[in-house]
Amino acid sequence: MGTISLKNINKSFGSTEVLKQLSLDIQDGEFLTLVGPSGCGKSTLLKIIAGLEQQNSGDVIIDDKNVNSTRASKRDLAMVFQSYALYPHLTVRKNLETPLKLRDYSFVERLPLVGNFVPSRKEKKKSIDDLVFKTSETLKITELLDRKPGQLSGGQRQRAALGRAMVREPVAFLMDEPLSNLDAALRVHMRSELSELHNSLKTTFIYVTHDQAEALTMSTRMAVMIDGELLQLDTPSEVYNNPSSLRVAEFVGSPKINTFDAEIRSDGFAEFNGIRLEKKFNTNSQKALVAVRPEHLEITKDSNKPAFEAKVSYKENLGSDIFYHVQVDQSDSKIIVRGSPQAGLISNGETIKICPSHSEAMLFEISGERIR
Amino acid sequence: MLARHYIGESWKHGLLIIGALIVLIPFYMMVSMSLKSQQEIQSISGGLVGAQEIQTFPVCTKHGYTEEVCTMRPYKYNFWFAFKKAPIPRYLMNGLIVTVSIFLIQVLIALPCSYALAKLRFKGREFVFSMVLFCLLIPVHAIALPLYVMLAKAGLVDTYAALIIPWTISVFGIFLMRQFFMTVPDELIDAARMDGMGEYSIVWKVMLPVAIPALLAFAIFSVVAHWNDYFWPRIVITGNRDLFTPPLGIREFRGGIDSDEFGPMMASIVTVTVPLIVAFIIAQKRFVEGITMTGMK
Repeated sequence: MGTISLKNINKSFGSTEVLKQLSLDIQDGEFLTLVGPSGCGKSTLLKIIAGLEQQNSGDVIIDDKNVNSTRASKRDLAMVFQSYALYPHLTVRKNLETPLKLRDYSFVERLPLVGNFVPSRKEKKKSIDDLVFKTSETLKITELLDRKPGQLSGGQRQRAALGRAMVREPVAFLMDEPLSNLDAALRVHMRSELSELHNSLKTTFIYVTHDQAEALTMSTRMAVMIDGELLQLDTPSEVYNNPSSLRVAEFVGSPKINTFDAEIRSDGFAEFNGIRLEKKFNTNSQKALVAVRPEHLEITKDSNKPAFEAKVSYKENLGSDIFYHVQVDQSDSKIIVRGSPQAGLISNGETIKICPSHSEAMLFEISGERIR
Repeated sequence: MLARHYIGESWKHGLLIIGALIVLIPFYMMVSMSLKSQQEIQSISGGLVGAQEIQTFPVCTKHGYTEEVCTMRPYKYNFWFAFKKAPIPRYLMNGLIVTVSIFLIQVLIALPCSYALAKLRFKGREFVFSMVLFCLLIPVHAIALPLYVMLAKAGLVDTYAALIIPWTISVFGIFLMRQFFMTVPDELIDAARMDGMGEYSIVWKVMLPVAIPALLAFAIFSVVAHWNDYFWPRIVITGNRDLFTPPLGIREFRGGIDSDEFGPMMASIVTVTVPLIVAFIIAQKRFVEGITMTGMK
């Protein structure tokens, strides 16, 4: 149906290794996001799945069939590109028809003029017309069918590009940052539309993005890639709440997670900024890093709670939340704390007491591995 | 302040107008001389069109036409006699056949080449491209003799093939189209591959329509150069008047008993130049349209 698995994929351009021994199993009908900073190899991976790029070693298996030597068009996948890549000289209708004609028509039927006389073409043309119409109805672009891409707005082009992918009814959709050319409001709107589309089509979606908000909101599972390696593959909430390494924790979440130098005491408890974490960790190291997300740091006035002091240096008011950038007294590191607007504004330069949530704090080795 | 600004601007325009006049005056002379009588041309009188008095033309009667036939207005005579003296339609036809075949074959060869140079990764691509650049530096005149010898050995002198074959591979065309294809996003090509197009289909069905503006620019260069070319046809067309291109045809008006009769000569030049100017004006309009229409991004 739509299972794709990658086995030990290696890819390098010249001497730069882009993908290192990457393995990934994608289940039928899931919305999998490949997320990572730019240059991490996620687009290359997508092109390898599509067959537009050849891996140096490793296997791509689609529906239990090894497709290493299968041409891109024969893999039965459809791709949506960042710049839409619609044929600029063809109308939207022709753009949607092109992949179907190339797939369904024989060589003779594709010939101009001569093709019209082949009797079997008429039936195929009918089914192509029906498919194009059905798809354009789903995407609400029927009235745009006779326009050229140059006459469409960004959002409309996006739909047309989606349509061109959908008409083929492929086993999986590959999307390479399809929303990043849209403006912010439209992007948020298209996110929900894509999720709905996924729900109604029930086809496998593989979605590449550098925008973690897209990954967190849309996907059933997300794969975090950094420097050509797959660091974690899990549901968005699991990746956010339970990252496997510091790099994942730092990449996912906005604003970035706060880290503190910590010491592991002989009894196994970690201590940072004079606070003892009420949680036992299993490690032999002396030094470690504690990571706490901004929403898990509480601004408190209660002097009984264990807390450390910091000075507000800058604040970002987002309306629903206020993020305070604060300077911790003992160190020169800056951290970010979330405050609620109801608690009242704290002015710059004021000293506040911060109390971390003990259950949400995470501990990492200096090298970045998670200590549980 | 404003007045000074205009003065500052006006000298630039003055300079441009002088430049334009230098270019346009020969054209003016050509058109004017093709309309006036011999006396008016020699005495430099009569302005643009001359008096257009009905008169009998002596050169015409010398060619054996009756006096009655040779009596008409100068503008009519000039064009009429030009067409009588030389088979100008035939020359125009030859010019059309040669320039169009050259351009079509150039496109046929340049498009796949430049696509490969711009978008396909293969070993030695940069070397091949540097060879293309190197070939741009070779002047035609330097290789004219060996080319002629080759064509002569192949028995092709005095044929259309001799006029066309040496120009079919245009390194300039390859270079120009390669530069244009570099600006076409890779994603468009990837999309075409996903849709199931082969590399040749991509060249003709995707790259060609996208490249229309650049092709028009190239067409202007190519057609103008080969329509106006005098050097090469002069070498490979040795005697057969049926193969004369327009510039060779104009040469017919030189020499002989009526060598100083400029009216018909200029009339023939106007006839030869007008198609180019019309083609250029049409192409120019499409050219600008093409550039503004590209909805790539």
